[in-house]
Amino acid sequence: MLTPVVDDDGAPFWEYAARSELRVQACAEPGCGELRFPPRPCCPHCHSFDSEWRRMSGRGRIWSYVIPHPPLLPDYAAQAPYNVIVVELADAPRIRLVGNLVSGPDAALNSVAAERIRIGARVQVVFGTGGGDGRDGFRLPRWVLERP
Amino acid sequence: MARAGAGTGAAGLKDATAVVGIGETPFAKQLPDSEKTLACRAILAALDDAGIAPAEVDALASYTMEETDEVEVAKAVGFGDLSFFSKVGFGGGGSCATVAHLASAVATGQATVGVAWRSRKRGSGPRPWKNTAVQLPTPAQWTRPFGLLRPADEIAMLTRRYLHEYGATRDHLFNVALACRNRANQNPAAMMYERPLTRDMYMTSRWISEPLCLFDNCLETDGALACVIVSAERARDCRRRPVYVHSAAQGLPAQHHGMVNYWNDDPLTGPAWTAARHLWKQADFTPEDVDVAQIYDAFTPLIPLSLEGYGFCGRGEGGAFTEGGALEIGGRLPLNTSGGGLSEAYVHGFNLINEGVKQLRGTSTAQVPGAATCLVTAGEGVPTSALLLRN
Repeated sequence: MLTPVVDDDGAPFWEYAARSELRVQACAEPGCGELRFPPRPCCPHCHSFDSEWRRMSGRGRIWSYVIPHPPLLPDYAAQAPYNVIVVELADAPRIRLVGNLVSGPDAALNSVAAERIRIGARVQVVFGTGGGDGRDGFRLPRWVLERP
Repeated sequence: MARAGAGTGAAGLKDATAVVGIGETPFAKQLPDSEKTLACRAILAALDDAGIAPAEVDALASYTMEETDEVEVAKAVGFGDLSFFSKVGFGGGGSCATVAHLASAVATGQATVGVAWRSRKRGSGPRPWKNTAVQLPTPAQWTRPFGLLRPADEIAMLTRRYLHEYGATRDHLFNVALACRNRANQNPAAMMYERPLTRDMYMTSRWISEPLCLFDNCLETDGALACVIVSAERARDCRRRPVYVHSAAQGLPAQHHGMVNYWNDDPLTGPAWTAARHLWKQADFTPEDVDVAQIYDAFTPLIPLSLEGYGFCGRGEGGAFTEGGALEIGGRLPLNTSGGGLSEAYVHGFNLINEGVKQLRGTSTAQVPGAATCLVTAGEGVPTSALLLRN
């Protein structure tokens, strides 16, 4: 399985994720406070270089989804067809995260049947190894249905 | 002739340059020649078509993904001293920009004879998404670990949302695939020349990334193409009827994220909208006056998105636009008349440029009678570019 290739801007996201916290970068300039994703060095609204990582409730809705079929990289092909979803966060609908709808934190990418996925469905974040062995220390934000 | 020539200000590019030569190799899943050899063959064919000697070439343009570089190509085919060379990023988004950069260089006097080219063994060579060694941290760290691996997956995500928001259907995507296939069936050079497509074949084909099936995806092709750009004045002395670069534009929208454009206010209006604003601002005609269009078709949903972006219909109407044979010969907007990337060849959209030239010369294998204006676009969903050509 691929693990995130992290850059300086993205590193805090993954550090918080490893502690099972979903945090999104926000401008720390008083009077601005705009959230931004993906993270970047400065605020595109006010151009401040000060930022903070704001904790999200972890609730969201499915904005779109795909079901990939082979040819795929081997670890992914082994679980195909699986789902990839985009979740818009309840706290900040303009912020959307790519993830997987799963039956539990460490469940396989194909653990929820494709027929059960709907745009608009409410989901809740969980943190798991993403099908990897977890030895790299990464935990990925993954998503379970609020009403399974 | 009332061409503007190399004027000044906003009208500086309009009709100031022309495509006077086009060349291409055969297209196939696997060709024996190297990419460098294919590039040389296409470039020499384009110069011969124009009636211009390689030693006269002083400007080059290609894609950043092009692996045959200026030094190698120039010494192989015997170019003269080069005074302008540029490469454009973002894969298939750069196709029309190669012509646009050369047109700018020629119109502003930095060069006199420009060659744009693309040579690629995507048919027999590696699939770029299989490369795990050069994952870009942004945006790949936010997408690839979750199994959003291929361009098809990334565009399928926007497609699902598009179908959901606007009520478009897979039949609309089929209309796109069918129009391209029908034109390829008229084009002996097309990879799908003898392979008709039916609705049943489309609806029962294997999935690549739901909601996209096999026939929503472009071909994988070995091949190369090139074209030659000179000033409008010089064009009149060339071997073929000039095809003028009437307007050209690039587009990278504010807060755009490339093919994974999920992170802004309005992911379903992409680079086409940005390029279109500039393209039409410089033009003497409107979308209604376009006789034939060559729209970048790495995936079928890029067509409805582009139809909206370039102003052929309103937002959300791109699916419905494809109904009633609108994209076929005799329809409202004949599309990708060589078969496009879906059914002629996928060489990062360069075949769309050459086909636009053929239409305006009157030499297409699926000729639109009396075609006088053609829109050519580069990849929607990535920073893009577009051309309006006229004869």
